[in-house]
Amino acid sequence: MSDATALPDAEATLLALAERMRGAVAHDAAFVGIYSGGAWLAERLPALVPGNHPVGYIDVAFYRDDYARTGLKPNAKRTELPFDVDGATIVLVDDVLFTGRSVRAAVNELFDFGRPARVELAVLIDRGGRELPIEPTYCGARLAVARDLSIVLSRDDGCLRLAAEKQGR
Amino acid sequence: MRNPQLNANGELTHLLTLEGLPPDIIRGILDTATPFVSIGEREVKKVPLLRGKAVFNLFFENSTRTRTTFEIAAKRLSADVINLNIGASSTSKGETLLDTVDNLVAMDADIFVVRHSQSGAPHLIAAHLNAAERRHVHVVNAGDGRHAHPTQGLLDLYTIRHYKKEFHNLTVAIVGDVLHSRVARSLIHGLTTLGTPEVRVIGPRTLMPARVEAMGVRTFNDMRAGLAGVDVVVMLRLQNERMKGALLPSAGEYFKHYGLTQEKLALAKPDVIVMHPGPMNRGVEIDSAVADGARSVILPQVTFGIAVRMAVMSIIAGN
Amino acid sequence: MKIEIAHGRIVDPRNGVDRVASLYVAAGRVAAIGAAPDGWHPNRVLDAHGLVVAPGLVDLSARLREPGLEYRATLESEMEAAVAGGVTRLACPPDTDPPLDEPGLVAMLRHRARSLNRAHVHPVGALTVQLQGVALTEMGELAEAGCVAFSHADVPLADTDLLRRAMQYAATFGHALWLRAVDPYLGRAGIAHDGEVATRLGLAGIPAAAETIALATILALARETGVRVHLTRLSCAESIAMIRAAKRDGLPVTADVAAHHLHLCDVDIGWFDANANLVPPLRTTRDRAALRAGLADGTIDVVCSDHAPVDDDAKQVPFGEAEPGATGLELLLPLTLKWAADDGVPLPAALAKITCAPARLVAAGAGELGVGRAADVCIFDPLAHWKVERGALKSQGKNTPFLGLEVPGRVRWTLIGGQVVYES
Repeated sequence: MSDATALPDAEATLLALAERMRGAVAHDAAFVGIYSGGAWLAERLPALVPGNHPVGYIDVAFYRDDYARTGLKPNAKRTELPFDVDGATIVLVDDVLFTGRSVRAAVNELFDFGRPARVELAVLIDRGGRELPIEPTYCGARLAVARDLSIVLSRDDGCLRLAAEKQGR
Repeated sequence: MRNPQLNANGELTHLLTLEGLPPDIIRGILDTATPFVSIGEREVKKVPLLRGKAVFNLFFENSTRTRTTFEIAAKRLSADVINLNIGASSTSKGETLLDTVDNLVAMDADIFVVRHSQSGAPHLIAAHLNAAERRHVHVVNAGDGRHAHPTQGLLDLYTIRHYKKEFHNLTVAIVGDVLHSRVARSLIHGLTTLGTPEVRVIGPRTLMPARVEAMGVRTFNDMRAGLAGVDVVVMLRLQNERMKGALLPSAGEYFKHYGLTQEKLALAKPDVIVMHPGPMNRGVEIDSAVADGARSVILPQVTFGIAVRMAVMSIIAGN
Repeated sequence: MKIEIAHGRIVDPRNGVDRVASLYVAAGRVAAIGAAPDGWHPNRVLDAHGLVVAPGLVDLSARLREPGLEYRATLESEMEAAVAGGVTRLACPPDTDPPLDEPGLVAMLRHRARSLNRAHVHPVGALTVQLQGVALTEMGELAEAGCVAFSHADVPLADTDLLRRAMQYAATFGHALWLRAVDPYLGRAGIAHDGEVATRLGLAGIPAAAETIALATILALARETGVRVHLTRLSCAESIAMIRAAKRDGLPVTADVAAHHLHLCDVDIGWFDANANLVPPLRTTRDRAALRAGLADGTIDVVCSDHAPVDDDAKQVPFGEAEPGATGLELLLPLTLKWAADDGVPLPAALAKITCAPARLVAAGAGELGVGRAADVCIFDPLAHWKVERGALKSQGKNTPFLGLEVPGRVRWTLIGGQVVYES
């Protein structure tokens, strides 16, 4: 699929993701969003998934494996994990799962804060194309997308939207 | 003449001085430093950004403090740090500065952190590397003569922004030995670049460089007049060897006129912050009651300094 | 050997000649101008069509680095540089190693120079033994050995009593003193003009007063002793005003300026360009304007090259550690032409500053092209521009702040004593 119009509605997909998590996820699991799309989702999920879910944010800029090629991206955000990582159940939340490299970086970063008991992965879209042995625990929708398209989540006035963009690089 | 610190894309590849840097680059460094501050609060105070890179601390002039902050910054970025106190050792063997640099480049250095007593020494190294097309090797000026100390200037800017949020409504006073101060020069360039409307320098005429007003500052010889209504006071260190002799009659007289006391500080705005690049001479340029007082942000400056140096190294090494 | 320099623009400022004509050289001298001598059969004709035929240039300040400093340059390399620059006569300051304070050293230098059969070399003797500012040298002996004047090079003379006695002694025997005005204390740690640029770059400053104070001392003592004084390499606006006043008062003073000071100022230090580390330092645009104006109105008599070849090792160091100086012999003509073009100074007036005016201080009858005079000639293309590059310079010193810049004036032939010693 390479047609932007064929993308699912982001808000509906978020509800589908929450539906899959409901009952399956630990009642005290922390939701840690990967900047920036994952952070928006992690903020929304506690209202949709019953339980007591602290929210954290992670910016993987300092853990990326493409630094040598692309340098440091400007506007790195502060990683904030306002709960004790040791022994916690953590659900990493990301918008689009593609190669798996961001998730790898996020898992590495998590372990610099402590030793979680369990780490799971929730993604809005799994578009395939993995380059690492990483699979989502919870997934809103699976899509097959041409490699030269990137799927971008945007937020406008609190409302989430998915779009496909031809890759510049 | 192209700014020797920027590559063909206008990105920062060496940090030699804040003079002539576009404001966006300075703001970008400050923005990048913010997430690095939090790394110091973690269990594992390290990120893998510069894993496998070699940072050479090339100190031709001794400074344990500055060298240590660069060393911590580099290690928190997972770089390998090699400290070289060159002093007189290799130059007395007839090896020139550039010989030393070439040798270390052959050992696969990625970043040189350079401290030198001569103004312009880091420029010489950067120009040499640029001319030899060794653009993957980067230079950070850790203080050259009286010329520049850009990472100190940046950490001062970071501290000011942290407490005051904006620059466009600030009055900043820099007090003391401006003549010999690379810290003052770098901070002045940084403040004017970011649009600070009033930067004052305060001190006796013997410690003011010629035509300093051309750098965009107002000169005050009377400290009380100079401190009136300021938002930020930056005290400069007075070197021991300058306290007696032709520049000043005595440390005591200096303190009387230019030492920062609670009483003089009361002339500034109530929410003034007091900064000092360290190490302090208590009782010479600053009273202990002020240095340890509620308005002092001298210790946070040190913490921010590590984050700013991490930001600088990770930005230039990626460009 | 008879040489015909055909159809060039002959500019001989000393004799007020500026016309297109042929110049005939025979037996090492100017045989005729305009009409060929009877029975003229030249061995060689130099086609000077479109070129300027001028007296060979005379440079009052060219360091040849001999004796003692041959790692920077040798007599051979610098004499080649001189003729390539059209310079046929030069004076060299005494700051060699050892300094030119003994007749034997002077005689040896002149002998070496003569054997190379290039430019005439006029050593300037050291004013004090070892340039230490303590004891006077044997000025009489040194003059006999060939010294045209006495100087303290760039070494400040702290002892004004000694300076006064040196002037009295020199005046007794009619020797001239060539002095650079420099205070021994003020700005002694300095490496750049004490102004905006030095402040910005954090370079220790040399205030203008370091020159003007010493100049006031020299002028006061010259007034008292009546000695002939030539002030070399002035750098500040105030100095020009002081020389102007001294000349108005009838003091027997003359003055020169270094060619690079006509074009550069402290801003040209850029990001610590060690090639712009010069003595005296480059000063402000205001000073530069005053030097140019003083040169144009005759307050300054002469432009010199201030030739100081420095090896790369001594320049590839931080600005403050760099050996001051720049190569200059091959730039004397271009920089003088550029000044003239920029400021609308007529060519004869400009050439006077590097021919007859300096010649008056070193050798009577030199620096001109009158019939019967020695045929020291510089033939150049005033419109040809060339780029100053290391490879384009004959001097062993390749360092100059003008590297990479285009300058006007290319020397085609240089003749000394009627012999072609350089052609391009």
